Amino acid sequence: MNDFLEFFSFADANIRYVTLGSVLLASSSAVVGCFTLLRKRALVGDAVAHAVLPGVCLAFILSGTKNPFILLLGAFITGWISLVTIDFITSRSRIKEDTAIGLVLSVFFGIGILLLTAIQHSGNAAQSGLDKFLFGKAASLVGEDLIAFAIVAVLLLVTTIIFYKELTLLCFDQAYAKTIGFPVRLLELLLTTLTVFAVVVGIQAVGVVLMAAMLITPAAAARFWTDKLHLMLVLAALIGAFSGVAGAFVSYTAPAMPTGPWIVLIVSMIAIFSFAFAPKKGWVSRLFRQRRNKTHILEENLLKLMYQLGEKKPGFDAPRQLHELLERRAIPQKEAKAGLKRLIKQGYVERTPEGWKLSSQGQRRGERVVRLHRLWELYLTQYLHLASDHVHEDAETIEHIITPELEQKLMEELGFPVMDPHSARIP
Amino acid sequence: MNAFWIILTGSLVATCCSLLGCYLILRRMAMVGDAISHAVLPGIVIAFLFTGSRDSVPMLIGAGLLGVLTTFLIEFFHRYARVQADASIGVTFTWLFAIGIILISVFAGQVDLDQDCVLYGEIAYVPLDLWITEGGLSLGPGTVWTLGFVTILIILFITFGYKELFLTAFDPAFAAAIGISTTAWYYSLMTAVSLTTVASFESVGAILVVALLVAPPATAYLLTDKFKSMLLISVLAGIIASVAGYYLAVWIDGSIAGAIATVTGIEFTLAFLFSPTRGILLKRKQLQPVQH
Repeated sequence: MNDFLEFFSFADANIRYVTLGSVLLASSSAVVGCFTLLRKRALVGDAVAHAVLPGVCLAFILSGTKNPFILLLGAFITGWISLVTIDFITSRSRIKEDTAIGLVLSVFFGIGILLLTAIQHSGNAAQSGLDKFLFGKAASLVGEDLIAFAIVAVLLLVTTIIFYKELTLLCFDQAYAKTIGFPVRLLELLLTTLTVFAVVVGIQAVGVVLMAAMLITPAAAARFWTDKLHLMLVLAALIGAFSGVAGAFVSYTAPAMPTGPWIVLIVSMIAIFSFAFAPKKGWVSRLFRQRRNKTHILEENLLKLMYQLGEKKPGFDAPRQLHELLERRAIPQKEAKAGLKRLIKQGYVERTPEGWKLSSQGQRRGERVVRLHRLWELYLTQYLHLASDHVHEDAETIEHIITPELEQKLMEELGFPVMDPHSARIP
Repeated sequence: MNAFWIILTGSLVATCCSLLGCYLILRRMAMVGDAISHAVLPGIVIAFLFTGSRDSVPMLIGAGLLGVLTTFLIEFFHRYARVQADASIGVTFTWLFAIGIILISVFAGQVDLDQDCVLYGEIAYVPLDLWITEGGLSLGPGTVWTLGFVTILIILFITFGYKELFLTAFDPAFAAAIGISTTAWYYSLMTAVSLTTVASFESVGAILVVALLVAPPATAYLLTDKFKSMLLISVLAGIIASVAGYYLAVWIDGSIAGAIATVTGIEFTLAFLFSPTRGILLKRKQLQPVQH
C-alpha cells in the first residue's frame, strides 16, 4: 500500500519519467495500431520493429556518433524501406503478404545483426549501448527520451485527428476511396510513416520483439468492445495507457522486473480477457447466445409438435404423453422433459395427471410456428419452384427466425393462403 | 575444422527449416513460424528451471510443447473468439515472449540464459561444445548430433507423410473428404517446426530460423511450379546460404547467423529480379508482342 501511494504521488522524478514515457508510448502506438489492424496488416509492425536495426547500425557507421537523432533517422529510413519492400514484393510477384513480411523481417534483422557484431568487433569504444535498441530500456528513461516520446505522441495523435476521415476510408473501403479521388497511395504512405514513427520511438522502451504487441494488442482488445472506430481508438489508447502505468508500477515495486515485458503481459491479459468475456463479441457471450438459441428452438419445436398433435383427433384439449411427441420427432428424452418443464414455467404448457397439454397461450405460439413453417414451404414452392418434397428442411430452420413483419409480408405476397404444398391447413 | 562444423550446423538447420518452410509459405503461415520461434522462450526457461542445465532433451520437450501450445492458442483465438488471424498471431507470441523474459528476470540467478542468445544465438560457439565419450573419444560438437537427429526426423516425416502434407497444404477440403485428418497433420507440422526451432535456437537464434524458414522456400517458389523441385531448390538455397554466409561473416568479422540471413535475402532478391519465369526483369520480355 505504501508503495502504491508513493508511486502514485509521482514525487520521484524517475517514476514520473518512466510512467509518462510508458503511457505516451503505449497509447500513441495503440492508436496507430488500430489502423494497421483494421487494414489486416497487423504484423507489419513486427517487420518494421526488426528492420530498424540495420538503420541504427548504418547511421552509427556513417556518422561515427551515437547522437540519438541521427540513429533515429537511420532507424526511420530502414523501417520505412522495409514496409515499401513488403508492398513491392507482394504487388510484383506471387509471394504472399505473410511470406513477404517474414522475409523482410528476418533478412533486415539479419543484416542488422551482422552490422552490429561487425561494429562491436571493430573495437570502436563508442559503440557500447547500441544494442539498447534491441531490448529496450523502459526503466531507465530520462528526460530527453520523454521529450522525444511526447513530440512523437502528439504528432501521431494530431495527424490521426486531421486525417481521421481519410484513414477510416482507407481501412474500410479502399476501392471507394480511390473512386472518389482520394490520393490512396499518399494515404498509404502516410499510414506507413505513422507506423514507422510509432515503432522507431517505441522500440527503445520495449525492445524489438515486444514492439509488435504495443501496436497490435490494445487495438485487438478494443475491437472486441465496440464497432465504432472513434470509440475503438479511444479505448485502445486507454488500454495502452493503463498497461503503461501498470507496467511502470510493477517494475517500481520489484526493481528487478523489466518494464516493457510487464506492459506487454498486462495488455495481453486485457486482450485475452476481452476475447473471452467482451459482451456480444467475446467467446463466452457467443457460447451463451448459441445456447439460448438452442433452447429457444427446442421450445418452439415442442410447442409445434404439440400443436400438430392437437390438430388431429381428440383436439387441443386432450393431454398428450411424452412418447407421442417423441414418436413424431427424435428429441433426446432428457432434453424434451427439461424443455417441457421450462414451458410450464413460462405458462405455455400445462401438466395434467394424464400428460401434457397446451395452454391457450401455448396454442397461439405453437400455431404461429406451424403457420410460419407452412407459409415458408408454400413460398419456396410458388416463388422458387422447388419440389414440394424439398422444402421441409429449409422451413425447419427458418420458422424460428421469421419476424412478425416478415410474416405479414409473406401472407400478403401469398395472398393469405389456406393450404400449404402438402395440403395441410395453414392456421 | 571449426569452419567445417559451423557450416555443417548451418546446413543442417537450413535443411530442416527450408523443407518445413515450403509447407508454411504455401499454407500462408510464414508468420506462424516466426511466432513459434519467439514463443518457445518460456518453454526453454521452464525446462531449464526444472533440469538446471542446458541439456538438449528437456529443452526440446519444453519448447516443443510451447510451440504446439502457441499454434493451439493462435487457432483458438482465431476460431473460437474470432480474433483476426494476423492479430491472433501477434498477440499470442508477444504475450508468451513477454512471459519468457519475465521468467528470466524472476529467476535471474538460476537461469543462464538471456534474450539476445535466443534472438540471434551464437553459431561460432558450436565447435567448442564437444561431445566426448567416456573413453575420451571426441565425436564432434553435441549440437551437430542433436541437429542431425532432428534433420533425419524431419526428412522421415516429410518422406512418409508426403502425400498427406501435400494434400492438406493444397486442398484441405479434398484431403478431409478422402479421410486425411487435416487437424492432425496441421499439428504434426507445427510440432516439427517447434522441434526445429528449439534444436537450432541455441546455435543460430530465432531470427535465423525465421530467415531460413521463409527466404529459401520463397526463393524456390519464384523459380519453379513443381512442389518436389521447390523442396529441393529451397534446401539447396539454404545450404548455399550457410556456406556463403560463413565466409561473408569471416570476411567482415560479424555474426555468422546474421550473415546467413543476409545471404538468404540476397538469394531471394536475385530470384525476384532474374527468375526466368517470374523475375520482374525477365518477365517483361515475355509480355512484349511477338513479331510476325
